[in-house]
Amino acid sequence: MNFLVDLAWSALGLAVMFAVLSVIVLSMTWLERKALGRLQLRYGPTRTGLFGLMQPIADAVKLIIKEDIIPEDSEKAIFWIAPVIVVVSAFVIWVTIPGGDSVVIRNLPLGLFYIIAFAVIGILGLVLAGWGSANKYGIMGGLRSAAQLISYEIPVVLVAAAVAILAQSLDMREIVAQQSSYPYLLVLPLGFAVFFVAGLAEVGRTPFDIYHAESEVVGGPFVEYSGAHWSVFFLAEYINTFAIAALTTLLFLGGWGGPALPDVVWFLFKTYAVVLVVFWVRGTFPRLRIDQLMAFAWKVMVPLSFYTVIIAAVYRFYGLPWWSLTIMSVAGLAVAGWIIYQRMTGPARRVAEVQRQLAARRAATGART
Amino acid sequence: MADPTAITTQMPDGVREGTQPVEMLLNMGPQHPSTHGVFRMVLWVDGEKVVDVEPHIGYLHRGSEKLCEGEQYHQVVTLFDRMDYIGNFNNELAYCMAVEKLMGLEVPERAEYIRVILCELNRIASHLLYVGTMGLDAGAMTPVMFSFRGRERVQALFEAVSGARLMHNYFRIGGLKEDVPDNFRQLVGELMPLLREDVEQSDRILTFNEIFLSRLKDVSPIGADEAIALGLTGPMLRACGYEYDVRRAQPYSIYDRFDFEVPVGLDGDCWDRHWVRVQEMYQSLRIVEQAMEQLPEGSVTSSLGRRLIRPAAGEVYIRAENPRGEIGVYLVSDGTDRPYRVKVRPPSFCNLSALRRLLVDTWLADSVVVLGSLDIVLGEVDR
Repeated sequence: MNFLVDLAWSALGLAVMFAVLSVIVLSMTWLERKALGRLQLRYGPTRTGLFGLMQPIADAVKLIIKEDIIPEDSEKAIFWIAPVIVVVSAFVIWVTIPGGDSVVIRNLPLGLFYIIAFAVIGILGLVLAGWGSANKYGIMGGLRSAAQLISYEIPVVLVAAAVAILAQSLDMREIVAQQSSYPYLLVLPLGFAVFFVAGLAEVGRTPFDIYHAESEVVGGPFVEYSGAHWSVFFLAEYINTFAIAALTTLLFLGGWGGPALPDVVWFLFKTYAVVLVVFWVRGTFPRLRIDQLMAFAWKVMVPLSFYTVIIAAVYRFYGLPWWSLTIMSVAGLAVAGWIIYQRMTGPARRVAEVQRQLAARRAATGART
Repeated sequence: MADPTAITTQMPDGVREGTQPVEMLLNMGPQHPSTHGVFRMVLWVDGEKVVDVEPHIGYLHRGSEKLCEGEQYHQVVTLFDRMDYIGNFNNELAYCMAVEKLMGLEVPERAEYIRVILCELNRIASHLLYVGTMGLDAGAMTPVMFSFRGRERVQALFEAVSGARLMHNYFRIGGLKEDVPDNFRQLVGELMPLLREDVEQSDRILTFNEIFLSRLKDVSPIGADEAIALGLTGPMLRACGYEYDVRRAQPYSIYDRFDFEVPVGLDGDCWDRHWVRVQEMYQSLRIVEQAMEQLPEGSVTSSLGRRLIRPAAGEVYIRAENPRGEIGVYLVSDGTDRPYRVKVRPPSFCNLSALRRLLVDTWLADSVVVLGSLDIVLGEVDR
């Protein structure tokens, strides 16, 4: 009897989670359209309801009633199962991501481990989707996604490990409780930067949207998908984006901690703020090339995440005061940031210098009219 | 590594003869978001590397040159509008100059100035389109919105002047269709500061962006000698550091009266091509400002009126600087009211012929950027 009650509660919890996440995805699509619109000198949706708030509903209805085309040459079983793998792994991690002190389906003592383990499974779905759709763009996109997501999984895992070392726990609630006096952003700014950037790559957001690059591989693994199948991928992508934002909030921004307001409100506020930054980045940057992306992962992100783990471990082992970790982290961030800045702006400075020389030569020889 | 100069004729099952089946045949286009129209590339890729490429053109072939032979001289202007549909005024100018040279016609002073103003504004509009699509090709979705705002403003002016946003049909042999509206000075005066701001904004948001630089710098560089051998012109050639601009090298119309620079790049890579185009916009703004100051009063229509013209038998070749490069018009008259032959040297077609040289041994993602940096217009390539 107890078992049945338990099962019923779990089912109810999952249903509520599904509903809440669906609403969150709808709100995110609206927010993205509006935010991008403001960045791009336009309004975004305005015609569907107040401020275009009904636009996500209209989009969802359109997607669901569209014809679901399944290519004749595709591997039907793989083609069918791939979106399911992607979306299930996206939903399942939310079982243990808490939205507040008591707002969680089932808090696990190894919650962080569980989240990271299940987040990887989505890659399999993307590769299968690319392969099963019997499309060369799909195959390229699928292989790109495998390379990209596995590479960027390493910094994410290592930084999460550093946070676990700090908090001495893998329990998400415990990690947040540890941040009640100060958020880990203050002690591990380097870890925050690495986690956020690697997280962007992990969910395939600009400037790391290599595997579904519109202008090269035309959607990558999703190229042959349409209608409801495609909308499932879409759903998973937004849930993953929200999950990365939520993890950034929980691990570094103090979770739901905050004065006056209820904890869920604080959690949503911080998470949506991170999501807005993701959209802002999307509206600003071009896309990296695949070799640059991989080089960035292995030459920058992985060493930095190792450094993060080491300083966290040193701090714990010797019992140093908390600000010593901040200094080590900021020093690492400053050195890495300076090197990246020099590398990235190197061409720009060279070009500016050359153009100055050209202009000087022109002025010396007398400007022709 | 396949020999890039080898002409591939067969492509059975995506594997070429004599190669190991590690290369995949990737058909890009004609329905691909970044082939700028209906261009089709057949790429052989080894993983992410482009091994070979075969361009397929002709999806937009309308036989424009042949159609010209069936139209009277005045009517041909409309066909030139439809070749390079991004730089319409420049095309019209090239054709009109050819007929004028054939007939030895003098063009009224005011008409020359208005032609130059419209052509340079059109060059800016064309390059703005290029900047936006280049951003899209590189994966940035915002620059296109900024640059299209400027383009829309220019097109609004064109509409006020000629009645059409794209297919203007405004230049006539020996002059213009009609004078510009009475408030032309005011319209251009209002446009110029806004347009300069748009150009600056789309420049600032993209040109020195670190990711954009790392995507475009040192991608498929080409030397000046090789560029000349391949017949590249316009920004493609100037990016190699070779200062060749028809407006300067062989001034036509009244381009010898203006003070402007010819921006050149250094390495001839994709970023230099981008930079040259952006700088050209600033120079075009300078030309428009000077031309507006000097704009005289007077008639703009030809002394011919609307009479049917029959140039004496003969032939003529004229060249002009289009936004995309050097356009050449070869015109043969047999003394009737229709041209005997019109041959166009379209700049994007000639630039496109360097595609294999530029693409082989780049990354797949670069193929899109390189094609974008060629800045082709399919209406002109296929004619």
